Amino acid sequence: MQTHTFKPDMPPPKQAIGVLAWLRENLFSGLFNSLLTLFALYLLWLIVPPLINWAIINADWVGTTRADCTSEGACWVFIQQRFGQFMYGFYPSELRWRVDLTVILAIVGAAPLFIDAMPRKARYGIAFLVVYPLLAYWLLHGGFLGLDLVPTSQWGGLTLTLVIAAVGIAGALPLGIMLALGRRSDMPAIRVICVTFIEFWRGVPLITVLFMSSVMLPLFLPEGMNFDKLVRALIGVILFQSAYVAEVVRGGLQAIPKGQYEAAAAMGLGYWRMMGLVILPQALKMVIPGIVNTFIALFKDTSLVIIIGLFDLLNSIKQATTDPAWLGMATEGYVFAALVFWIFCFGMSRYSMHLERKLDTGHKR
Amino acid sequence: MSDVNMQPTQPEGIIQMDGVHKWYGQFHVLKDINMNVQQGERIVLCGPSGSGKSTTIRCLNRLEEHQQGRILVDGTELTHDLKQIEAVRREVGMVFQHFNLFPHLTVLQNCTLSPMWVRKTPRREAEEMAMHYLERVRIPEQAHKFPGQLSGGQQQRVAIARALCMQPKIMLFDEPTSALDPEMVKEVLDTMIGLAEDGMTMLCVTHEMGFARTVANRVIFMDRGEIVEEAEPNKFFSNPENERTQLFLSQILH
Amino acid sequence: MQNTANVPRRGGSVLTDPKLRALIFQLLAIAAVVGLGWYLFDNTQTNLEQRGITSGFAFLNNTAGFGIAQHLIDYTQTDSYGRVFFVGLLNTLLVSVIGIVLATIIGFLLGVARLSPNWLVRQLATLYIETFRNIPPLLQILFWYFAVMLSLPGPRQSLGVLDSFYLNSRGLYMPSPGLSETFGLFFAALLLAVVASVFLGRWARKRRETTGQPFPVLVSVLALLLVIPGAAVLIAGNPLVWTVPELSGFNFAGGWVLIPELIALTLALSIYTAAFIAEIVRAGIQSVSHGQTEAAHSLGLPAGKTLRLVIIPQALRVIIPPLTSQYLNLAKNSSLAAGIGYPDMVSLFAGTVLNQTGQAIEVIAITMSVYLAISISISLFMNWYNGRIALIER
Repeated sequence: MQTHTFKPDMPPPKQAIGVLAWLRENLFSGLFNSLLTLFALYLLWLIVPPLINWAIINADWVGTTRADCTSEGACWVFIQQRFGQFMYGFYPSELRWRVDLTVILAIVGAAPLFIDAMPRKARYGIAFLVVYPLLAYWLLHGGFLGLDLVPTSQWGGLTLTLVIAAVGIAGALPLGIMLALGRRSDMPAIRVICVTFIEFWRGVPLITVLFMSSVMLPLFLPEGMNFDKLVRALIGVILFQSAYVAEVVRGGLQAIPKGQYEAAAAMGLGYWRMMGLVILPQALKMVIPGIVNTFIALFKDTSLVIIIGLFDLLNSIKQATTDPAWLGMATEGYVFAALVFWIFCFGMSRYSMHLERKLDTGHKR
Repeated sequence: MSDVNMQPTQPEGIIQMDGVHKWYGQFHVLKDINMNVQQGERIVLCGPSGSGKSTTIRCLNRLEEHQQGRILVDGTELTHDLKQIEAVRREVGMVFQHFNLFPHLTVLQNCTLSPMWVRKTPRREAEEMAMHYLERVRIPEQAHKFPGQLSGGQQQRVAIARALCMQPKIMLFDEPTSALDPEMVKEVLDTMIGLAEDGMTMLCVTHEMGFARTVANRVIFMDRGEIVEEAEPNKFFSNPENERTQLFLSQILH
Repeated sequence: MQNTANVPRRGGSVLTDPKLRALIFQLLAIAAVVGLGWYLFDNTQTNLEQRGITSGFAFLNNTAGFGIAQHLIDYTQTDSYGRVFFVGLLNTLLVSVIGIVLATIIGFLLGVARLSPNWLVRQLATLYIETFRNIPPLLQILFWYFAVMLSLPGPRQSLGVLDSFYLNSRGLYMPSPGLSETFGLFFAALLLAVVASVFLGRWARKRRETTGQPFPVLVSVLALLLVIPGAAVLIAGNPLVWTVPELSGFNFAGGWVLIPELIALTLALSIYTAAFIAEIVRAGIQSVSHGQTEAAHSLGLPAGKTLRLVIIPQALRVIIPPLTSQYLNLAKNSSLAAGIGYPDMVSLFAGTVLNQTGQAIEVIAITMSVYLAISISISLFMNWYNGRIALIER
């Protein structure tokens, strides 16, 4: 019988911690990996230094006219000079405090909703959702109770972007919830109506919806009944968005186990109480991240109102870049717009991810 | 048909099933089920899986619809009529295999939901009653926790308390211990035994034969959608008549 | 045995019978929808009469009278609005197809990069994704068009590569292939190689299934596809004749040109969509639990086979549905062409034609139906696909 000779023991692994070990493990763990690292470094070297040169080192930061931009890099003077227009559009400058106040009220009012320990959160949230829009309308539009009227044609810039996104989601939520319930109804006619409605709006691009609401809506309504351009766009946005909200909510409804419906029925709750007390509170909580995601999509989509001639943030910037006094500022303008949109969208997507994690580890069976 | 038909022909029972049939599509799940349960009786239904025992008790509060025959619960017939379904559900409490507690509500809120919204009890009163029943299932200290923070056995006891809060005349148990870890089965069974001692009318689908021996007045054995045998527990376990019952018992009792 | 139908019901009334209630509710809902529809229709009729617009699709035969910068089928100003529609539709499809191909390639690469063991590569992929998916696609299109394409040098200072590709503010000029007389032979050789590969594949599978012996199919197929057409080229000469663009006067002539609108649009759309595809790919690969890999390894499958036989089939199941909806999104987003005047269906038809003819209802209805047709066919395909791949479970 053969005897087996054992191989000598392996030496213990070298440095498992420390910078060198980290580098070896994460960047140079093999030939292919090392080549990848070098390639990535080359890419960075190609992009980052010129970008920093253009945006910071060689940029012009102070001045009042185009002539003050003398260096090679970006001309941030342009953004600085037009900042008011980008934020408020043509809102009269002496009344811009009303926009600021609306935003501050939104932040202060919504803040308690983000505090976990807050008691009666749902009730406060609903009250806020009812009271705030009225207040915001009074502040922004005015025309009664002592505030001067500012017609929507003067609204613009980031203000208009926020208004469209906020009104869009606020209108789309209730409609979307009803559509989702309808789509899961036992009644075939209701189901068919809801499915058709949802699939129609989901099937067409927002741009055609905006075309439709700006061109066809006046034809649909009786003579003399007409809305201004912004309201027409908002109607289109709400209908479009509600279909997406409905699909998100439907996902939540489907995720509620059948046992929950049965337990509620066995307790003698009727349809609306079952939905209102047991199913929707769970389903809606579950789909908050999804709703935030559709809101991000909506926020990005607001830029399409450019097509029907509303002056949102993007259109204000686009207009400013065609100003003969500031020719050649397209890059600066669009980079600034991208930065603003990015901050909003990235912030919201982080929040949605945070919620997802929180809900995931939260109390569930 | 005359009015005579509406009167139960057998001695007044709190639950009466006469010739109940049910199909899932082509599949005949319940075949001619006849059952008469008196007030205070404790019935255990057993049988192999898929035998229709769960379906039978789910028909009693119309979580399932029967297609033929009639079911009377506490003098109310279960038909398509919503009012009657609501009336029956008010009188019948149900405990599920998977507890089905509402995870977004605290234990106390779970218990007060139905009294407040269905029976229109004022909040204070509903909460007092809920605490009373939570004490009875011996977990009053968990009242303000969420279901997800409790163990399986505790959750099932909350589910029993929740059903009791409707002050039902009848309790239905659909395999209440099947989803529990072995060490938690006893606490739930003890709660159920306590209920039985207080004279609650109970219908219980379970494989806990010990429970059936000590508590049940009658054991009903079902197989392939039929009631095969029905007897007192002593007779059922010691001297079953039907072959299928004997086979089942030999498998389950080793 | 009694039948429920014969048993008199107690206290049943119209209001508490759920079937009747549901029926009434549904009838009311249908009446409301029909009523609303009729109301809108009636208003529209009145409004159209007052404005003196005749409805109908007769306008499609009228002469368009405007030029289009890019048309894949023959088009002149004297052609009809109907032809404008097809030009626009083809342009939309062109952008969508190129965009989808590019977005898929970039997206898959990024998705895999997100899971790379290399820290730097992972971070770069994350940076890309987080940057581009949080900027509105329209803004990206405008950026590529106004800030990049239009600020490129003019034709005389074009950026050239290999003396055959030229990039300037008028677009990307590249050589166009034409068929030479030997193309037939080359094509026949290619066909032969493909047919041979198919048979080889079948034979190899049969052999593996009957005898268990593997056969290096991939290598042999590649060899077949290279050798046979290659031999044809060597024998008969180049099958394609390339026309190279050349500077004449102030512009280039000859070859193919991609107009700047097309470049800006496809770049922006594929860069934007790729960010989403990357996340889908990453999630799909991660969705296959580590237990599957361990199980496959413990069965003795090597890494490559584990990937091919266990991981990828399961990941694709997760990836394909959201991937299709991203493709659909890209196709819908191609309508943003209106922002830079690329002649797609929306900007040509719902823009120019609508303005010229005033036939709002017909034009919007046609445009929307095209998109609806595309999305309905894709969702039908998805339903079929999901039904086919759904895991059989209790």
